[in-house]
Amino acid sequence: MRPVPRQAGILENLWLRARLLARARCFFEARGFLEVETPCRIPAPLPEAHIEPVGSDGWYLHASPESCMKRLLAAGAGSVFQICRVHRKGERGARHLPEFTLLEWYRPGADYQTLMDDCEALITGAARELGRGIPGVDLGLPWPRLTVREAFARYAPCSMEQSLQDGAFDRQLAFHIEPSLDPSRPLFLLDYPAEKASLARLKSADPGFAERVELYIGGLELANGFSELTDAPLQTARFTEENRAREKAGLPVAPWPGRFIEDLARMPESAGMALGLDRLAMLFCGVRTIDEVTAFVPEEL
Amino acid sequence: MITAGDLRKNIKIMQEGGPYVLLDVNFVKPGKGQAFYKCKMRNLVSGQLLERTYRSGDTFETAALEERRMQYSYVQDDEYYFMDVNSYEQVMLTASQVGDAKNYIIDNLAMDILFWDDRAIGITLPNFVDLIVTRAEPWAKGDSVAGDTKPVTLETGLVIQVPPFVEEGEKIQVDTRTGQYVTRVKK
Repeated sequence: MRPVPRQAGILENLWLRARLLARARCFFEARGFLEVETPCRIPAPLPEAHIEPVGSDGWYLHASPESCMKRLLAAGAGSVFQICRVHRKGERGARHLPEFTLLEWYRPGADYQTLMDDCEALITGAARELGRGIPGVDLGLPWPRLTVREAFARYAPCSMEQSLQDGAFDRQLAFHIEPSLDPSRPLFLLDYPAEKASLARLKSADPGFAERVELYIGGLELANGFSELTDAPLQTARFTEENRAREKAGLPVAPWPGRFIEDLARMPESAGMALGLDRLAMLFCGVRTIDEVTAFVPEEL
Repeated sequence: MITAGDLRKNIKIMQEGGPYVLLDVNFVKPGKGQAFYKCKMRNLVSGQLLERTYRSGDTFETAALEERRMQYSYVQDDEYYFMDVNSYEQVMLTASQVGDAKNYIIDNLAMDILFWDDRAIGITLPNFVDLIVTRAEPWAKGDSVAGDTKPVTLETGLVIQVPPFVEEGEKIQVDTRTGQYVTRVKK
């Protein structure tokens, strides 16, 4: 007897995923955003210490559409959004695929507070339109907010400052904080230490922290956003640090994103967010693995 | 040499001086943060379980394991003996190293014996083995429906579910990976 293809068992999830994608488009179109498509193959990805771009004939497949979308902001495009496939080398697990779908949006003149409002409106709106909630999650507004510093004080064995000093920030976040977050309520984790937000603007009242926010729902890290850094010299220094961290870890350093830095000087104050659509589909489908909302995973190709 | 990114279920690595088989690899990574590999593994010699979390960039020696085709000879006091039919070399495995494979081992059955550092440490069974049914209740025609099964006892003592038409003394094929009945074997 021939085994039933895996895809046949997840068609219902694929339908729900498609409806979510359509909803996301409607949401941003209705708010006057321009939908854009930027190249997925680029010569100079933005330096990130812990994101590995996939090489492609001398260039790279983008790990996010950030650099091109910000250059559009600098060109005066206004509010823009994009839904695209992105690639990150080596990321494979129950919640990770090396190729996945990002919904990324930017708002000139806004800061990360507006991004949180967007997330609330987008996801509660989708729940209403789809006529279903997220199993096990109370989406009632407003969603709780917690600073990173407070999260460390509550859930980690040491303070945020101590963990930064010990180089254990990511480990504490992954193994102490994330598993402790209440899965029954969405949560905005915000105000990351400056060194953990390479592309974010610092808080004017407290420059040790950056205006960066992550949205968690049902224990899943769903979206990351910030008030964008528009200070070209400071961004240059941050990228240099990211590249130094890569060199120290023995990782290859990609070409310098010179055109991005040039355009950054002309970019208006903005806020931008990237949301993992596969994970949003996982939440609405009530499934625990990303495979269950994905038509083909790498192992099947 | 492999790196943390190559770790997968069933890969065998050296850790703390012994060979381990990975049972579960959990990839954990905050979007912008470091990647971690939370691993569960079993020591192939002692059977002890171990949990460790690795970071991307960590490197591992793969365990130098060798499989040799051998034949089952006999069991005595919970010690199972196997023989290389070419060299007549004999090796012993303990009952705990044989584990559930004991349910499928019959005289002269050929199988792969796993060696590490020239020591026999485990068994890889053939996917299918033929076993004689030593006890089965007769099937009363008429009072069964399609899909019915009945339990039978096999020559190794293993009890499995089979279709009602299987009779005592017959030989059946069993899938050693699932422990399920496959088909009757013609005499």
